[in-house]
Amino acid sequence: MKNRETAPERVESKGSLTAFVIAAALSLVGLADALYLTVQHVAGRSVRCTVITGCDEVLASPYAVLPGGVPLAALGALAYFAVFSLATLAAFGYGWARAPLAVLVALMLATTLGLLYLQAFILEKFCEFCLLSAAVTLSLAVVLIAKRRLRGRAAVVDAA
Amino acid sequence: MNPKKPQSSKRYLPIVIIIAVFAVAIIAFLIMMRSFSDDARKARLDQPLTSSAARPDSRPRTPQPGAQPPHERGDASAAATIEEFGDFQCPPCGSFHPELKKIEADYGSRLRVVFRHLPLPQIHKNAVAAAQAAEAAGRQGRFWQMHDMLYENQSAWEKATDASSMFTSYARSLNLDMQRFAGDLNSTDVNNRIRADMMRAESLGVTGTPTLFLNGREMTLPSSNAIQYLRGQIDAALAEKKQ
Repeated sequence: MKNRETAPERVESKGSLTAFVIAAALSLVGLADALYLTVQHVAGRSVRCTVITGCDEVLASPYAVLPGGVPLAALGALAYFAVFSLATLAAFGYGWARAPLAVLVALMLATTLGLLYLQAFILEKFCEFCLLSAAVTLSLAVVLIAKRRLRGRAAVVDAA
Repeated sequence: MNPKKPQSSKRYLPIVIIIAVFAVAIIAFLIMMRSFSDDARKARLDQPLTSSAARPDSRPRTPQPGAQPPHERGDASAAATIEEFGDFQCPPCGSFHPELKKIEADYGSRLRVVFRHLPLPQIHKNAVAAAQAAEAAGRQGRFWQMHDMLYENQSAWEKATDASSMFTSYARSLNLDMQRFAGDLNSTDVNNRIRADMMRAESLGVTGTPTLFLNGREMTLPSSNAIQYLRGQIDAALAEKKQ
């Protein structure tokens, strides 16, 4: 009886821990990418694409800069750092960090989809660094959704 | 690890990790800033135009004059002089071009504009060929016309695999002597002028394009309202000269 009650709890905690660790690791990739783009914006005016072409056009477009001259990449770096912080806190058992983490990733996902639309249909150019960031954000969303489904399944097993 | 209640021994560990990552991010940012500046410098110095004259170990330490006479338009006695270091394939330079032309028209004889070549071939594959085309046109007195055509048609040739043939067609439309133009394109004189401008850029510590100097002072244009800022700086320079 004891085993039936504690086993699902262990499955849930292990799954959640793995998800948060993966989210933290992914956010570090995103942070590095966004930092690189921020540096390019601040220090130079041209960004070299090594796989595809279009970095210059995308990053020099008005969509790459927020009102006030703040590069969008800097906001991205801030967001990835926030995701890393919240995921790390959640992994260490700080339950309150889960909700803001989910909200933040949802906002980033919405922003990413908007930026992908701009690249595909407005600018008609793609920037590989932006695509990497999009891949990271999409992966973050997938990981958190998978964690949620795993948690839901664990709750069902627990109830049974 | 209990996901709901942090153990007291691990309570501060995530905070330490977060602070450590923040510190690493800041350090990485600073290292990348420095690295980018070095890369930009090497991109200029290692490009195919240079032979032994423009190597890092021969980096000039005093401001170099650049190609003489420089390409300039406007009144030679103008109170304000803008010296632009540009790369014809650099998209921000292309975006800046019409704005600068408007400024030139508005300020008239009070403003002189000097153009200096700073092609970045590691980033822009056709940049050197474009600079050579402008210089070759310059040898027939059509530098500024070619300069304008290159910027205005940048999107047409920037990714072209055979941009030189497009430059040739621009030269033809400018009624240049095509035989002379073809001979001048990769000539020593043309390359030396471009190299001299690059050496001047290097000596002034210019790391990107477009970079502007107003009456010898480098301007750092803000990301937003750059043109308004530039006009303000020109006005200030003109007012300073009046006093």
